[in-house]
Amino acid sequence: MSASARASLASLGALASGRSVGVAAPGLAAKIDVRALNFFYGTTRALEHVSLRIAPNLVTAFIGPSGCGKSTFLRTLNRMNDIIPGTRVEGQVLIDGIDIYGSDMDVVQLRRQVGMVFQKSNPFPKSIFENVAYGLRINGLAGSATDLADRVEESLIQAALWEEVKDRLHASALAMSGGQQQRLCIARALAVRPDILLMDEPASALDPIATQRIEELIYDLKKRYTIAIVTHNMQQAARVSDHTAFFWLGRLIEFDQTEKIFTAPTEKLTEDYVTGRFG
Amino acid sequence: MTSAGRRSIIWRRRLDRAFEGVALAVLILALGALVALIWDIVADGASRVSWDFITSFPSRRPEQAGIWHALTGSIFLMVVTAVLAVPIGIGAAIYLEEYGGRRFLARLIELNITNLAAVPSIIYGLLGLAVFVRTLGMGRSVLAGASTLALLVLPVVILSTREALRAVPGSLREGSYALGATKWQTIWHQVLPVAFPGILTGLILALSRAVGETAPLITIGAVAFVAFVPDSLSSPFTVLPIQIFNWVSRPQTAFHVNAAGGIVVLVGLLMSMNAVAIWLRDRYQTRGLT
Repeated sequence: MSASARASLASLGALASGRSVGVAAPGLAAKIDVRALNFFYGTTRALEHVSLRIAPNLVTAFIGPSGCGKSTFLRTLNRMNDIIPGTRVEGQVLIDGIDIYGSDMDVVQLRRQVGMVFQKSNPFPKSIFENVAYGLRINGLAGSATDLADRVEESLIQAALWEEVKDRLHASALAMSGGQQQRLCIARALAVRPDILLMDEPASALDPIATQRIEELIYDLKKRYTIAIVTHNMQQAARVSDHTAFFWLGRLIEFDQTEKIFTAPTEKLTEDYVTGRFG
Repeated sequence: MTSAGRRSIIWRRRLDRAFEGVALAVLILALGALVALIWDIVADGASRVSWDFITSFPSRRPEQAGIWHALTGSIFLMVVTAVLAVPIGIGAAIYLEEYGGRRFLARLIELNITNLAAVPSIIYGLLGLAVFVRTLGMGRSVLAGASTLALLVLPVVILSTREALRAVPGSLREGSYALGATKWQTIWHQVLPVAFPGILTGLILALSRAVGETAPLITIGAVAFVAFVPDSLSSPFTVLPIQIFNWVSRPQTAFHVNAAGGIVVLVGLLMSMNAVAIWLRDRYQTRGLT
């Protein structure tokens, strides 16, 4: 069997197994519906025919070895790759039924709806308050100063950071610890009230205690948001996610309920990876 | 350890120390030359610098001559140059760095700007003479001089601003875009504030260069004997370096002392500009974080 034939079979398999467990059951609207997505950096193909449906209000984890395309895939969901020169996308990404790569899509509007938290926390070199207020200000979301302050507080509470910073809101965000900075970045993303939150290895640079806080936070947040998370850490994927997608060499190998991926995967490759035989 | 190995280590240590010595000697040589130069000028000219010297107009009698016209001319010219060059230079750099991309045309423009920065200043003087003084009919005015100097410093402003913009981490831009910021919002609220100290340093360096320029201003006809303060953009003017040049070329020793005095004031002006730049930068950097 040729490699490409195998790849398309694998993605078909992923879709099929997805259906069988209700991940993409007909009638249940997927929040994000990715159809036959190819992605290129210049002439290098980083994603090959990826199709997958992400269910609302659940946590979907993307796992796989370095360079497998999981981060690239995550970044196609809010068109963050657009800012990298020389990249190209084929296929469709439907969010609430609208193709985000359609010609009339407003990228700025899209990114407000699909928030993102990065691997390395990247607070702005401003105060804690201003970090959270920034998204509200630029999008014109706060009517008055009190309204702004309320929404900043609400976001910090949601990100489980309020108690730690309420007395020093106007101190520099760069003086916070790494874990606090990452939760600040989450608060900042939540402030503009997205419905989807993308997280690109949000805890990979944090110590175990800070990581645990982020994981607890993810668990709380999924009540309100649809969350997609890239992680290198398989225990983390197993702990926080409802569904898991396994990527390998730019292809989606298997996508199923997390429990099934980790206990009874269909594909040999997935089994080898989750049992630590490679990667 | 073998004795050969031991010898090799001793030899390497010696070489290491010798290199440090050479580097230190070169540093002392460079700084020594600078100190000697400043010392020589201060020794000659410091006694001449007084409030009268600064506030007097030129005169045929060296003891009565002063630099008021040239100092005000220099400062006026510098301010107008900055007003012209700063918005254009920063704007061009923002376009090239943030919007221009890496296409062939953008790279061609970048290469040419780098070349322009190395063009001798007298060429700019000839250009200024042809374009500003003659074609646009500005005459031998402050505006013509400032326009010429603005052209001269533009490449430096553009290049240093681009460097400052390039040094802003990409993660900051991504963080801003991810919140639904437009490109302009990202540049204005995140990129420019972080790049500001670097941009400012480049601007001050460029303006320092403009203040010391003589050749292009002589070319466009800034004359040494201007017995009044330039009071409008269309006034004739002179600047400190031209006045100094004029005094140095006189045969009388007393005028040479005046020249040294003028140099002391010019060096003082440059050092104050750099001091202001450093102060602004430090102040901004600490503020930027709160």
